[in-house]
Amino acid sequence: MRGIPAINLQFLTGDGLRYGIGPAIQGTLILIGLTSAIGIPIGIMTGVYLAEYGTNKYASWIRSINDILTGFPSIIVGITAYSLIVVGLTGTFSPIAGAVALAFIMIPIIARTTEESLKLVPNSVREASMALGIHRWRTIISVILPSAKSGLITGTILAVARIAGETAPIMLTILGNTYFFQGLGKAMDALPLRIFASSRSHLQVEQTQAWGAALVLILIVLALNIGVRLASRGRYKR
Amino acid sequence: MDNIKMQSVNLNAWFGTKQALKDINISIKTNAVTAIIGPSGCGKSTFIRTLNRMHELAPTAKMSGQILLDDQNIYDSTVDPVMLRRRVGMVFQKPNPFPTMSIYDNVAAGLKLTGVRKDKNLDEVVKRSLQQATLWDEVKDDLKKPGTSISGGQQQRLCIARAIALEPEVILMDEPTSALDPIASAKIEQLVVELKKNYTVAIVTHNMQQASRVSDYTAFMYLGSLIEFGATKDIFESPKNQLTERYITGEFG
Ligand SMILES: Nc1ncnc2c1ncn2[C@@H]1O[C@H](COP(=O)(O)OP(=O)(O)OP(=O)(O)O)[C@@H](O)[C@H]1O
Ligand SMILES: [Mg+2]
Repeated sequence: MRGIPAINLQFLTGDGLRYGIGPAIQGTLILIGLTSAIGIPIGIMTGVYLAEYGTNKYASWIRSINDILTGFPSIIVGITAYSLIVVGLTGTFSPIAGAVALAFIMIPIIARTTEESLKLVPNSVREASMALGIHRWRTIISVILPSAKSGLITGTILAVARIAGETAPIMLTILGNTYFFQGLGKAMDALPLRIFASSRSHLQVEQTQAWGAALVLILIVLALNIGVRLASRGRYKR
Repeated sequence: MDNIKMQSVNLNAWFGTKQALKDINISIKTNAVTAIIGPSGCGKSTFIRTLNRMHELAPTAKMSGQILLDDQNIYDSTVDPVMLRRRVGMVFQKPNPFPTMSIYDNVAAGLKLTGVRKDKNLDEVVKRSLQQATLWDEVKDDLKKPGTSISGGQQQRLCIARAIALEPEVILMDEPTSALDPIASAKIEQLVVELKKNYTVAIVTHNMQQASRVSDYTAFMYLGSLIEFGATKDIFESPKNQLTERYITGEFG
């Protein structure tokens, strides 16, 4: 709550020179967007595969990898992305590297919740569709996924909220700075990094900035929750 | 005989190593109702699920023998099970309308999701199917309501409408009234008799009165084997097999 006095328009939109957190907010939103673009489709497809086709050997391998990744220390994800992408592939800190690292945290969460919510859809629904001569893939897309919609949305919220606050993986991949977005191949700021950097400062003004940034991060996560929940209030709830 | 719509020839079926059907030969006549009766676990469901290749969806399921539909073996490698199921529709024991869809969409789902809509007028198909399923008058003002919002008996007729919408040649029913009250069951029974004018029907039932009321032919199965098969009247009035007689007189079941 010590963040409340820090918050005003200049704080929210100003860049680092004016002790604003504009770049950090922008960076976090960009990261959420990029990570979701990678993580949600892959996560949901993985979950669908595990739930609907998941009785073979490959599936049990994927399931184990998924389980391991779920509990993986996020700093390791960060170091791996750092050495493979930042050092190895692109030679630069970048939002892309950050999003890839975060996607490795997001995918297992979404895959797992997707698998679980699809398994809750009664088999009689699958059978009804198959017995009409509807193709398996069509059944999944048009009948089963809509039936599991609220579960999928909950899983996605969980995953987004989780990655929005991750610090270690992005410290090593987007680095953090005090400027607004410079391009997909350049270092970028994000709220967790701003909180981390500013809270270690001796300057009162930077400490206040850290509190304010923390509050904003919490509010973003909360807003995500509420927003998506409202959106999920679908037509036919079960 | 040319009025045979479907026929099983030396049909065997297994779940893993457990044999569920043993050498079944049954013919299902065109525009007639064929009832399959027998005690629980005797393979009635397994049998009708081999008729639209739903059997093979169970992980350990196997089968041997032939099922002929208009003299073609539906287990030929050239037959696509998905296409087959559009010709041989199915209604299940528990009403299972699609939970996320409205009444209208439930009926239209088959046409929409199989892509066979072509230039058919969906509204018309939905109306006609609901009429044939004797549900139209009860739901015509509520077509946008969820398919799960109506009573169990109505849901079952909705499922019948959903199957009819694809204009299948054969309709398979697996104990379609066992989850319903007597009044709702009676409605379905009337409907079954009505349906045979346009379709060929095979119905599994636990209820012997039901079999005798709605069917033209009856097959009695026991422990995976076909014990007796013939005109319903003969089966119920003068069964040839002792086991059949004991079953229909309610001595076991
Ligand atoms: N999915 C399955 N996996 C393994 N065994 C099964 C499966 N389905 C059925 N069986 C077995 O196959 C045999 C025949 O079952 P089936 O469901 O065809 O009987 P039924 O005559 O329809 O019985 P009920 O009247 O109880 O519905 C039973 O012994 C049953 O245990
Ligand atoms: Mg059964």
